[in-house]
Formats: sequence, structure tokens, C-alpha cells
Amino acid sequence: MSHETLQILWFVLIAVLWTGYLVLEGFDFGVGMLLPFLPRDERERRVMINTVGPVWDGNEVWLLTAGGATFAAFPEWYATLFSGAYLPLLLILLALIARVVSFEWRGKISTPRWQRSFYWGLVLGSWVPAVLWGVAFGNLVAGLKISPVTSTVSNPGAAQDITRTTLQYTGGFFDLLSAGHGFALLTGVLTATVFLAHGAIFLSLKTAGDLQSRAAVLAKRLSLGALGVGAVWAIWLQLAFSRNAWTWAALVLAALALAAAAWFAWVGAHGRAFAASAVAIVAAVVLIFGAMFPDVMPSTIDPAYSLTIHNASSSAYTLTMMSWVALILTPLVLAYQAWTYWVFRKRIGVHHIPEQVDVTFENAPSLR
Amino acid sequence: MDALTLARWQFGITTVYHFIFVPLTIGLSTLVAIMQTLWVRSGKTEWLRLTKYFGKLLLINFAIGVATGIVQEFQFGMNWSEYSRFVGDIFGAPLAMEALAAFFIESTFLGLWIFGWDKLPKRVHLATIWLVAGSTTLSAFFILSANSWMQHPVGATFNPATGRAEMHDLGAVVTNPTVLAAFPHTIAAAFLTAGTFVAAVCTLWMVRLVRRGDTDRARAVYRPGLRLGLVAIVISGIVVAGSGHWQAQLMFRQQPMKMAAAEGLVNTETRVPLSLLTVGSLNNDPASVQHLVQIPCLTSILADNTCNSTLKGVADLQKQYEQKYGTGVDYIPNLAVTYWSFRLMMAFAAFAALLALMTLWLTRKGRVSDNVWLRPVAIAALPTIFLASSAGWIFTEMGRQPWVVAPNPNPEGADMVWQLTMRGVSTQVSAGSVVTSLVLFTLLYGVLAVAWYRLMRRYVAGGVDDAGLGADTPADGGEGTTTDVDRPLSFAY
Ligand code: HDD
Ligand code: HEM
Ligand code: HEM
Repeated sequence: MSHETLQILWFVLIAVLWTGYLVLEGFDFGVGMLLPFLPRDERERRVMINTVGPVWDGNEVWLLTAGGATFAAFPEWYATLFSGAYLPLLLILLALIARVVSFEWRGKISTPRWQRSFYWGLVLGSWVPAVLWGVAFGNLVAGLKISPVTSTVSNPGAAQDITRTTLQYTGGFFDLLSAGHGFALLTGVLTATVFLAHGAIFLSLKTAGDLQSRAAVLAKRLSLGALGVGAVWAIWLQLAFSRNAWTWAALVLAALALAAAAWFAWVGAHGRAFAASAVAIVAAVVLIFGAMFPDVMPSTIDPAYSLTIHNASSSAYTLTMMSWVALILTPLVLAYQAWTYWVFRKRIGVHHIPEQVDVTFENAPSLR
Repeated sequence: MDALTLARWQFGITTVYHFIFVPLTIGLSTLVAIMQTLWVRSGKTEWLRLTKYFGKLLLINFAIGVATGIVQEFQFGMNWSEYSRFVGDIFGAPLAMEALAAFFIESTFLGLWIFGWDKLPKRVHLATIWLVAGSTTLSAFFILSANSWMQHPVGATFNPATGRAEMHDLGAVVTNPTVLAAFPHTIAAAFLTAGTFVAAVCTLWMVRLVRRGDTDRARAVYRPGLRLGLVAIVISGIVVAGSGHWQAQLMFRQQPMKMAAAEGLVNTETRVPLSLLTVGSLNNDPASVQHLVQIPCLTSILADNTCNSTLKGVADLQKQYEQKYGTGVDYIPNLAVTYWSFRLMMAFAAFAALLALMTLWLTRKGRVSDNVWLRPVAIAALPTIFLASSAGWIFTEMGRQPWVVAPNPNPEGADMVWQLTMRGVSTQVSAGSVVTSLVLFTLLYGVLAVAWYRLMRRYVAGGVDDAGLGADTPADGGEGTTTDVDRPLSFAY
């Protein structure tokens, strides 16, 4: 394959990895974000957490793979993006750390103080990345302040300096927030509402009893909200930022899928509503990546400074090798992750939640 | 402090922190898999009890390893973006493969193991923990091949047109002799850590129960766990020493400067002794180094299997490097740190070795013991074995300085596939940003360390669980197992 074909392939693959992340972690973010609003007591809270218990970690690995794949296939993109968006990424990382340990540790000690701390770890750990990933994608679509930066790569005492010019983010933290005259912030609102709706639909599909009926009511309202925000967002994106006319197709698909999700949520067909809301997220990612292509980080200073799939990629050899690896492993990953969802397909209700998970101290209160 | 120094502190703190928990996860997941296999094979409930007991401790530890690992995946781009541009062609590949080949299996099957006790047939459930154990080990291989490339770059050439190192042989990257030695060493160190953990915890419980007069329970439940831990300590101890010797031989050829720094060797010498105590000024002045206690010849043997081998000293190497790579750079790593971290790596394993010797003798032929020395030795062995791995990494990484990619000392001359650490740091990230992240990471990690310690202590002190063993038994695939939909989950959050 030519270098250019490989670059397109890897651009698509990275979009696929982000799709996997946003579709899957989307609903477990939603479940975490709904914790303050839906459950009436500790048991219901635990029902909610256990609906995503077996899968949240596998969902998160999609993000790590997207990160690793970007590093391998487009090192300049990886380097400029993560050093440029340093502080927002820091906030996301802190939130994700809190979220991971909260899942595993919250229920392990049953004092109120302990549980409250990790409860907030889950709630904030879900809200913060849900909003900030949106803002980040809004920035990618709207473009960033990218300019050439020349730096020395040779030794300080070398006879003759070797320099290298790279395309780097030269704006500040607040430029990231105000990108696209509010478009980036709207994208943050969009991801938050879509994940809330996605999570509520997931809960109406996975829980039982009273909690399920309340989740179903919430799913109706939230999916309408997602449809409203989604419509404004998609049209703004297409008219103001898209470099390609064909993304209208993705836009229409996203709109139809969001409408279908809302409709199925209203009539109580939660399986279909969930499928529709997953399709909507897929279409939104296609829209985002399609709107950028062939740029990966458009420059608002001068289009000549944009990072593209050509000037950001690794060598043809690396891309070829990595293509083989991805070709062999990705189907396997999809197969066993699908199997996990099958194993845990049953609804969960309060009667499934065991009394107590703290360690039993009948043996000894301490080792002394 | 400038952004470079701060970024180095941040990388060191977050990575050493990550690696405190990683060895226990790698080793303990396999030991738990062995315990569960023994239970499935023999049907003895002691092994089921131990599986669940150490399984819970594994999960507590796993969470913090995963949480701190997420930072690792992104901080090359955040703080070391120039490094990432330079090496992305090569270094990104193992990172992506680690996620695709190992992290996916690990996380997915761990979910199945935790929540699948009453949903999967016994043997399928057993397979899930083996997959977790295997993939943690596999993940170590990929990340170590990335790290080994930084110690000894192979399979790549410098492209002057792009100013980047480019890969031409992935096979050479994953069969780098450096990783072939570092992998067994690191994995054996992980098993040594987990074996010591299991043995020490079981020892504490055995002593306690014997003192209370409950020798039957000590013998039935904790002695088998202790013996399993002992086997792990003995085997991995031998592999650690053997592979460490192999690494030292590679280091002698690949990174002579690191070797010299480890010994505080200023001038080139033959028949080099291994020094046990050396003093010198802390500002890295080679002239101030004074060796006080030495074992004759041992360093020469460690490096090249013969007492007659010659080791270059740091002063000579500095001159040689100036000729080859240019003047104006101090090529000598921090002598005090490399010298002591190398020794502490080995010394920190002493309590584990002592514990192994004592318990091997005291629990021979079905005995249990409450010897007064067991408790203090077990308690000392627990923290020190974690510190041994940290010391090993601090040595490996600090000994590589001032390089982030150390030059491959090929005879043909300088190939430009190398980078000084100062050239790898992000140029667009201000010192203020790095201070912010350094402070926030350190604070959050500090809080997590306290929580981790409380949990581990509490669950160790809880001992094996007797309640609900019947209800928790995995489905046999027989009748009445998966139809019982209203039964509580056995292992729930
Ligand atoms: C895949 C690459 C990789 C891997 C597996 C490790 N390191 Fe490393 N290490 C680096 C890549 C690196 C680096 C990016 O190259 C750093 C950052 C700055 C530098 O000079 O090297 C570094 C620096 C660095 C430092 C600070 C050195 C200094 O700034 O002077 C310490 C203490 C460690 N590392 C410790 C570790 C530990 C405990 C590891 C075990 C998990 C580890 N490293 C694995
Ligand atoms: C500096 C380089 C490193 C990076 C970028 C890195 C990256 C990561 C990431 C992203 C995770 C989370 C995976 C998940 O969610 O399941 C993780 C966990 C893990 N890493 Fe690292 N890691 C580094 C160093 C190491 C080293 C050197 C080893 C082993 C020798 C290692 C072994 C592991 C293991 C076993 C886990 C599983 C979780 C746990 O520890 O509890 N890592 N790492
Ligand atoms: C006879 C004892 C040992 C010898 C001769 C030995 C030798 C070495 C050497 C030479 C290195 C540096 C490799 C390099 O930088 O290229 C190293 C690194 C390391 N050691 Fe040891 N070691 C011993 C014991 C231990 C013990 C007991 C532990 C922990 C339980 C340990 C854990 C590590 C770790 C984690 C590293 C860093 C990873 C690596 O480079 O493989 N070592 N060891």
C-alpha cells in the first residue's frame, strides 16, 4: 500500500477507536453522571454501579488504545495535541484516576465518610471527562492556534547546530475554551447531554423494578434534550467548519439516529433506543473526523500550518507493521468484548445486591 | 526550577509510583490463578478461601495500578513532546501493541472473573484469571521493549530530512537483547514481590493462630498459602539473580558509563572489586570518591565473567564521549544515586530471603510455628520488597542520564539515533503548567496511597472469609446454576 493509503487507513482506525471509546464509555459516563439524580438509596446506587461493573475497565481501554495508536501512527499529532492541551488533559486525567479507584474501592469499606468520598470520585470523574472530551473535539474541528516553532536538536556544544521546525500549539488555556466562538463549549454540552441520555437509556435496559421506571422517564426527557442540542451543534459544524461536503450524510444519519433514540425511548423500546443512540454517537464521530479530513489539527493562524495526515504521520514501514497488528487483533478484541456483554446481558435489581461487602471482622479486628 | 527539571521530577514521581503497584499485580494475578487451579483440581476449600482472600487484595491493588497507568499513556505527549516526535516511529508501536494485545484482554477478562463467579462454568471462570495473569505479563513485555529501546536503540536509523529516528526493523526492536534480559528480570522481581507478599501475610496469620492455640486452622489454611509463596520466592530469587547478572554483562557493553557510575569507578581499572561502602561529595565530583569496603574482583566477574576484565572509569568515558558526541555536556550520571540505588535494589531483598529461609525450616514437614522472630521479619519484608523494584528502576533510568535515548555504542561511529533528555522536553509547556500538574498529581497520589494502605491493611487483617462459601461457588454448568436469576451477585461493587 502507498504511504498515503496507509495514512488514510490509520486516520480511519483512530476514528474507529474513538468511536468505540465514546459509544462504550459514553454510557458508563452517563451512569456515573446520573448518580446524584436517579437513585433513592444506597442499594439503588449500587445497582447502578453494578450495571457497568464488569465492563467499564474494558471500555476505558479504547481510549488508551486510541492514545497509543496516535503515538505510533501520527507522532506529531500526539505530541502537539497533548502538550498543547496540557491543562485540560491534566483535568481529564485527574478525573479518570479518581473514577477508576472509586469503582473498585467505594464499596470496600462501609463507613459513610469513605463511601461519600468515592461517590464523589465517581460523579466528578464521570462529569469532568464527559464535558472536556467534547470541548477537546470542538477545538479539533474549529481549529487551534498552531504555528511553526524552531528548536535545536543537537548537543549544546556541537560544532554546528542542527535545528528542526515543528508545528505546535502556541495559544493559551483560554483560547481552548473560546475556540470557534463558543463552538467548543457547545460540543462539551453536546457530549454531556448525549452521554446522559445514552446512560439513562442503558439503565432502562439493564435495571429492574422501580429504579427502571424512573430511568425510563429520565431517558425520554434526556433523549429529547440530546436531539435538540445535537441539531444545533451539527448544523453549526457543517456550515462553519466542515472541509468536506459529504459529511452532510453523516449529519443526516446522526439526526435521524438521535430522533429514533428519542422516539424509541418514548414508546419504551429500550433496546432499540440504545442501538439508535449508539448509532448517533458513531455518526457524530464520523462527522467530526470527516469535517477535519485531511487535517488532524487545523491551524486558525494559517492553513499552511495545519497538521495533516501527511505531515504528522510515521514512516510507511511503521504504518505497515502496525496495520498487520491491528488487522489481527481488532477482530479478536471485538469478539471477546461482545461475549462479555452477552454473559452480563441480564437485568439487575435491588434483590441482586448482597447485604454487605466490607470485610468480615469475625476473625480478628487486627493482627495485633 | 525550570520546566525540564520539573518535568523530570514529575515523570520520576508518577512512574515510580505506578511501578510500586505493578509488580504486585503481575505476580499476584498468577499466584491467585495458581490457587484457583489448585482448588478446581483438588476441590479443597482452603484453596478457594485463599483464592478469594488474595483475589480481593489483588483487586484493591489492581485499581490503583490501572489508575496511575492512564497517566503514563499520555505523559509522553504532555511533557516529552519533542521526545515523542523524535521516537514516535519506533516507541509508539510497542505502546499501541500493549494496549491492543494486553490491556484489552486484561480489563475485559478481569471483569468476567470478578462478576462471573456464579455465571460461568468453573473451568471457563478459571480460564479468565489465567488470561488476566498472562496479559499482565505480556503488557510488561511490550512496555519493557519500549524502555529497552531507550537504553539500547536498535532497528532504527536517523532520517536527516525529517530530523526523526525511523524504524526499519520491528523484529529487532522486540528481540533487542536488552529487553530479552530486562523482561525475565522484571517479571521475576514481580514474582519475588508477590511471593513475599503472600508468604508474609500467611506467616502473620499462622503466628497469630498458633499463639491463640488454633494450630489446626493455621495448618489447614495458611500453611499451604505460605508454602506457595515460598516456592515463588525461591524460584524467582534465582531467576532475578541470574538475569541480573546477564543484564550487568549487557550493560558493560551497551552502557559502560552506567556500569562505571554504579561502581563509583573514576579511573579505568582491571580486576575491579565490588565496593560495598563508598563516600564522596554529593555534587557529582569524581575526584571526591573514596571506596571504603570492597570485595575483590566481583565487579569484573559481574561484568564479563572473568576477574581480569577491564572497566573504563567515568573520567575516561567522559573524554571518549566528548570526542564522539561533542563537548559541553556532562555525560556522567549522578554517581551517588546510581551507586546506592544499585546496591539498595539487592539489599532490599534481604528480608524476603531471610523470611524464606526461616519459614522453609520452621514449616518443614507439615509443621506450623509461632517463633518470635517470624512476625518482625515478615513485617520488615513487606515494604522492603516493593522498594527493591523502585530502586532497580531508579538505577536503570538515572544511570541512563543525561540521555533520554542512550546512544548505541556501535563501532561505526555516531549514528544520531540518540537524544539528550534536555532536548526531549516539551518546548511549549510552561514551568507554571508543569508545577500545577506536579503538585496536583503528587497530592492526589498521596491521598490514594493512604487509601490504598488502609484498604490493604484492613483486608489483610480480615483474614480469609468463611461466610457464604457455598453460595459463592461458581456454577458447575450443571442444573440449577444459571437459572437462579434472583440470587445475589457474589462479588459486587
Ligand atoms: C517506556 C518508557 C519508560 C519506561 C517503561 C520507564 N521509563 Fe523511566 N523514564 C522514561 C521512560 C520510561 C523517560 C521518558 O525516558 C524518562 C523521562 C525523562 C527521562 O530522562 O527519561 C524517564 C525517567 C525516569 C526517572 C527520572 C530520571 C530523571 O529524570 O533523571 C525515573 C526515576 C524513572 N524514569 C523511573 C522509572 C520507573 C520506576 C519505571 C517503571 C515503571 C520506568 N522508569 C519505566
Ligand atoms: C512508562 C511507561 C509505562 C506506560 C506508558 C504504562 C501504561 C499503562 C497504562 C495505560 C495502564 C492502565 C491499563 C488498564 O487500564 O488496564 C497500565 C497498567 C499496567 N502497567 Fe504500566 N505503563 C508503564 C510502565 C510499566 C512497566 C515498566 C510495566 C511492567 C514491567 C507496567 C506494567 C503494567 C501492568 C501490569 C498494568 C496493569 C494494572 C496494574 O498495574 O494494576 N507498566 N500501564
Ligand atoms: C543478584 C541480584 C541482582 C542483580 C545482579 C541485579 C542486576 C540488575 C541490573 C544490572 C539492572 C540494570 C539493567 C540496566 O540498566 O540495563 C537491574 C535493574 C532492575 N532490577 Fe535488579 N538485580 C538484582 C536483584 C534485584 C531484585 C531483588 C529486584 C527486585 C525485587 C530487582 C529489580 C530490578 C528492577 C525492577 C530493575 C529495572 C528494570 C530492568 O532494567 O530490568 N533486582 N538489576
